[in-house]
Amino acid sequence: MSNGVIEDSQVIPAAEVEEVELYHAKSFITKWVFCQDAKVIAIQYSVTAIAIGLVGLVLSWLMRLQLGFPDVFSFIDAESYYQYVTMHGMIMVVYLLTALFLGGFGNYLIPLMVGARDMVFPYMNMLSYWIYLLATLILAASFFVPGGPTGAGWTLYPPQSISEGTPGINGGIILMLVSLAFFIIGFTMGGLNYVVTVLQARTRGMTLMRMPLTVWGIFVATILALLAFPALFVAAIMTLFDKLLGTSFFMPEMLVQGELGPHENGSPLLFQHLFWFFGHPEVYIVALPAFGVVSDIISTHARKNIFGYRMMVWAIVAIGGLSFIVWAHHMYVSGMNPYFGFFFATTTLIIAVPTALKLYNWVLTLYKGNIHLTIPMLFCVAFILTFLNGGITGLFLGNVVVDIPLSDTMFVVAHFHMVMGIAPVLVIFAAIYHWFPLMSGRFLNEFWGQVHFWVTFLGTYLIYFPMHYLGFVGVPRRYFEIGETSFIPESAVVLNEFITIMVLIVGVAQIIFIINIIMSIFNGKLAGKNPWNSTTLEWQAETTPPGHGNFGKELPICYRWAYEYSPPGVKADFVPQNLAPDKIK
Amino acid sequence: MSIFNELTKKPWLADPSQIDGAPANQALFLPSGKVGLRVFLVVVTVVFLLTTIAYGDRMLFANWKSTPEPWVLWLNTFVLIASSVAMQWARNNTKRGNLTGVRDGLIFGGVLTISFLVGQLYGWQLMVESGYYAHTNTANAFFYLITALHGAHMIGGLIAWGRSLLKVRKILRSNGSVSDVKLSVELCTTYWHYLLMIWLILFMLLLIS
Repeated sequence: MSNGVIEDSQVIPAAEVEEVELYHAKSFITKWVFCQDAKVIAIQYSVTAIAIGLVGLVLSWLMRLQLGFPDVFSFIDAESYYQYVTMHGMIMVVYLLTALFLGGFGNYLIPLMVGARDMVFPYMNMLSYWIYLLATLILAASFFVPGGPTGAGWTLYPPQSISEGTPGINGGIILMLVSLAFFIIGFTMGGLNYVVTVLQARTRGMTLMRMPLTVWGIFVATILALLAFPALFVAAIMTLFDKLLGTSFFMPEMLVQGELGPHENGSPLLFQHLFWFFGHPEVYIVALPAFGVVSDIISTHARKNIFGYRMMVWAIVAIGGLSFIVWAHHMYVSGMNPYFGFFFATTTLIIAVPTALKLYNWVLTLYKGNIHLTIPMLFCVAFILTFLNGGITGLFLGNVVVDIPLSDTMFVVAHFHMVMGIAPVLVIFAAIYHWFPLMSGRFLNEFWGQVHFWVTFLGTYLIYFPMHYLGFVGVPRRYFEIGETSFIPESAVVLNEFITIMVLIVGVAQIIFIINIIMSIFNGKLAGKNPWNSTTLEWQAETTPPGHGNFGKELPICYRWAYEYSPPGVKADFVPQNLAPDKIK
Repeated sequence: MSIFNELTKKPWLADPSQIDGAPANQALFLPSGKVGLRVFLVVVTVVFLLTTIAYGDRMLFANWKSTPEPWVLWLNTFVLIASSVAMQWARNNTKRGNLTGVRDGLIFGGVLTISFLVGQLYGWQLMVESGYYAHTNTANAFFYLITALHGAHMIGGLIAWGRSLLKVRKILRSNGSVSDVKLSVELCTTYWHYLLMIWLILFMLLLIS
């Protein structure tokens, strides 16, 4: 190999592949700012995602202040409320969850877990982060343009998103669409890296079926994202055309103040199809890495091999495939053909099968395990419960006859926050508590971790369980204020107040978490090497945190799968993937 | 490697002694650049496929009015075919070890591609001069959208082309080996052929609609 170029004839079985020539930074700027090391890029991604996520968190407080105590806060009017809703949704789904799971954990864990020196295209990986940062800044800039950010709802449905009367009609929506286009371009660069690194750069012995499920989850989620994001890209560009050039891709003929508007016969429904062709796989783009992380953490902290590894892999792949044929269950109320609805209801129910299988396997992994109730484990158990709750309400809503009356109520808000908001966020917390010792060499503070866990776990249930009830009694979503509505009981008003107070309490717990991270970087208890006695390769690196090039002089050899916990006849209760058979005691 | 065989393996039963026997890894027998380009081309395909589906969907509307394609598109198509041929010529020269041939092929290919892009802009101008604005008819809007998306991908290709050309110049000056640029030229050529194929399909779509 020379200059990073490999000849066809030079490509030989990986057992004999030569060392990769790494890029070595020559200055502070190239080492810490424009860095090509996947671990630094991962931290850059994570810090940016968490920073913009905190903005999304504050927006949710503002929303809840209005819903809990309408007309009390004069700075919240109907326009700003819709802007909070829109920006909160988009920030949390795309700019926080997707970026953190794939850009953050993907970058940190893929090369380390598969035993690679780095990503295969480090320069493109670096560009990926900077384009993501640019996209985030463009999005954040929309708070400061005249008219503020768009208030079209996070789905950005035309005609509302680009019609007069919607907040942010001038600069806000344009910046949102441009930001999304940049995000997708940046993600594609990163995504190519994740996929090709898994396919090409696994170390000797690291067969596909020896990969930890975290890598499997991120790998399949990246493939989904590479196939799904183009739909959002096309939709964003076409909406931009409608807005800036006056085309009518999505904009129908409309009366504007009694006169015929400039557009003719666009198809708003076409936008919905494109959006949800991205939007539903997006759920699994977030969920699949979470599934993988949970599998690995549960197995490690229960000192037991994952139950049904092959089934877990197949389920990840099956869920990935099925996620592309369920999108229209988000559109039951769009007036679709009943047979069409029947098809999508059926596929929605089918996707529950591999998902349920994963839940059973996690529970069976815990069964008779040597469970250590560490903080990562607590978060994972909380995830299983939360995902089960959110998943079951998803089955309700997957049926057309149930969805239609509930579609515009708070029930849907509660459902998707349980399944797509709280569940993956719990896994993010689990992952941070689990891998923080690898990244920093120190543990996060245990006491504040417990406080963070219990307030977050119980708090989110106290927020979203009552919200299901609100939906059942007919409290609509998307409303700035309900006012005096005869069919909504007084209890709904009281519950809304209660939910708002809980949101603020859970929010404070997240601030504690951030402070815990900052304090622990400097003062946390030293973790040493492999503090969780884990089998996977990232913990077997020579130094903690792993240095440039991840491993020492020689790449590790992988001798076994990632779940060799409590094997019979072995003194230790785990055997690392890279421990040679003749060295096992 | 059969992916089905691989996915049915039972890793908990695997014999570690395999490590020093047969290849213990299933990396694809391709350079990473090639694998990366193939994955990227799948993404590009999805972008154009979805645009085409959207186009087809809108054509079904009762008030669909097709738009006449400017004559220059025919010329542009031939120019793009010629650029693809030039890139193939450059690629063939890498196999023969003829570095100046590689350089000439790349230059021809790049110049023809830039001509194609200028031609597409001229096509837009002809459309505008004839009163076929993007906002007057959805078929016009799709024409601008499709040509813009394809053009943007060609511009992206030109960045890679520029890097390859610089590499060739550097190797020519240092009397280096053609093998150092072989992969770059091959990737560019594959990309050019692929975008030509996409353009032919899009052009056909524009013609039949």
